[in-house]
Amino acid sequence: MNLEWIKKTTIAASMILASGISGTIAQATAVTLLNVSYDPTRELYQSENAAFAQYWQKKTGQTLRIDQSHGGSGKQARAVIDGLEADVVTLALAFDIDAISDSKLLPANWQSRLPNNSTPYTSTIVFVVRKGNPKQIKTWDDIVKPGVSVITPNPKTSGGARWNYLAAWGYKQKQTGSAEQAKNFIKALYHNVPVLDTGARGSTLTFAQRGLGDVLLAWENEAHLILKEFGTDKFEIIAPAVSILAEPPVAVVDKNVTKHGTRKVAEAYLNFLYTPQAQDIIAQNSYRPRNPAALKKYAANFPGIKLFTLNEVFGNWRNAQKTHFNDGGVFDQIYTP
Amino acid sequence: MEFFQRKRRNILPGFGLSMGYTVFYLSAIVIVPLSMIFFNTIPMGWEPFLHAVTAPRVLASYRLSFSTALFAAVFDAIVGLLTAWVLVRYRFPGKQFLDALVDLPFALPTAVAGICFATLYSPVGWLGQTLIKYNIEIINSPTGIVVALIFIGFPFVVRTIQPVLEEVEHEIEEAAQCLGATRWQTFRKILLPHLFPALLTGSTLAFARGIGEYGSVIFIAGNLPMKTEIAPLMIMSKLDQFDYAGASAVALVLLLISFSMLLLLNAVQEWQQKEYR
Repeated sequence: MNLEWIKKTTIAASMILASGISGTIAQATAVTLLNVSYDPTRELYQSENAAFAQYWQKKTGQTLRIDQSHGGSGKQARAVIDGLEADVVTLALAFDIDAISDSKLLPANWQSRLPNNSTPYTSTIVFVVRKGNPKQIKTWDDIVKPGVSVITPNPKTSGGARWNYLAAWGYKQKQTGSAEQAKNFIKALYHNVPVLDTGARGSTLTFAQRGLGDVLLAWENEAHLILKEFGTDKFEIIAPAVSILAEPPVAVVDKNVTKHGTRKVAEAYLNFLYTPQAQDIIAQNSYRPRNPAALKKYAANFPGIKLFTLNEVFGNWRNAQKTHFNDGGVFDQIYTP
Repeated sequence: MEFFQRKRRNILPGFGLSMGYTVFYLSAIVIVPLSMIFFNTIPMGWEPFLHAVTAPRVLASYRLSFSTALFAAVFDAIVGLLTAWVLVRYRFPGKQFLDALVDLPFALPTAVAGICFATLYSPVGWLGQTLIKYNIEIINSPTGIVVALIFIGFPFVVRTIQPVLEEVEHEIEEAAQCLGATRWQTFRKILLPHLFPALLTGSTLAFARGIGEYGSVIFIAGNLPMKTEIAPLMIMSKLDQFDYAGASAVALVLLLISFSMLLLLNAVQEWQQKEYR
């Protein structure tokens, strides 16, 4: 939020200044793109942006600067709706981009404009446990056992948390074929949750730094980051046999690129994410690449988990959001006595 | 006509101009932005509005926010009075240092306070380790929220009492003692009436600040629905669901309750001042 505020103030201030200098400096800078993304992708896009800027310079001779903005996925979507002029959005879940399309900034069919549901990389939900796995957590059923303390953020405020929730629900529903059992499972799971942070990074800190909980439900890429940051001697990643295929989508924001005249470079940027070079960077950052060759190359990092898609179990994001996370939805019901 | 007459009778010139500016600035800074909340809720209609603000989770969050803010304000009033007393009445080395410390909660981003508390009281934290042995839970409980709010509200009480206490003359207390008052009577009948308005203002400010506090509390509260979810978090989570109207509705009720409480406290203060004059 703060970043946008600074941005808007700066824009306002520079407009006042520029009106005095009558816009002579406007042409001096090169092309700029603003990529509005969610929290854990910071490191990924730093590498991707550098690679694409180089590629673009070679191709067109233009110097390109790509600005990044990161925050909770829902908050970032809201910022764009409220006027943050993102050229591209790369968010944690399709529902957030749906919300942007509801305010007419891009067409409703945005997700079919790029290959693979507009998701150049995927991820999944895994468990992080303390070294030695003292509570012997191996499957989804282990985390709902009494006495196991689970750390996951609040699905109302965090995109990652919604994937966690849907992964658990989908596991149980696929196993038993019953939505009722899945609901009981979710209820038992959240009974074991002592704290609901507002974002995925917050939960990571609660688990890793403040020592709360026996198991953390996390993005696979975030789990690898925890091992890298806090040490493999403290934590272990446990891959459940079944989990959800998390698809964080990307999209060009039509209205803004038309206004900025950056449509060509913005589209090239997103298409670049599908190239072998970009897919390698994706894999190096512990996201699962779409490209089979890259996936094979880094196979050691990605254990074989049976992945189901959101559409298989929940139809689509709007449906999932409405049934589970809106006010009065299933998530509210499990907390109301 | 009456307006002009009053204006002429005023000894200080410039009433019209200064009043105009006051009204203009209050409108621009307070009323206009806050009225947006009101206008945001109008399109949603009465039924959905009632539904949004009386949902069990929302009601629980109001209860939590107001009760924790009240606890913290009362605690701040007592400790703040004591601190102000020490800082005004005694001379000791390091006084300046202590005095500056009081303002720190003002200067810090509240998130910093939240992180400090969360690490201090966590099960592996410096204090939390010991507390957990005695089964005392601070973090992820309403107690934790009160602790954070005490920290946030503390300077308000100290800083409003200090100047008033400095003005109370020693001679009055000495006179009371000479006339045979006990120490408790001197405090109760002489000092407290003097300090009461400042004390009330200070704790009201601390209370109001506590209701709206977000940054420090979310780190320590645990944010469990029905148990440790504060009202500002309800607003944030509604916004995250793109429910602007619902968020504004919750905010509007919060605003109305806070405003009527502030009005009430102001009235109490005025009544008290008349009583003792």
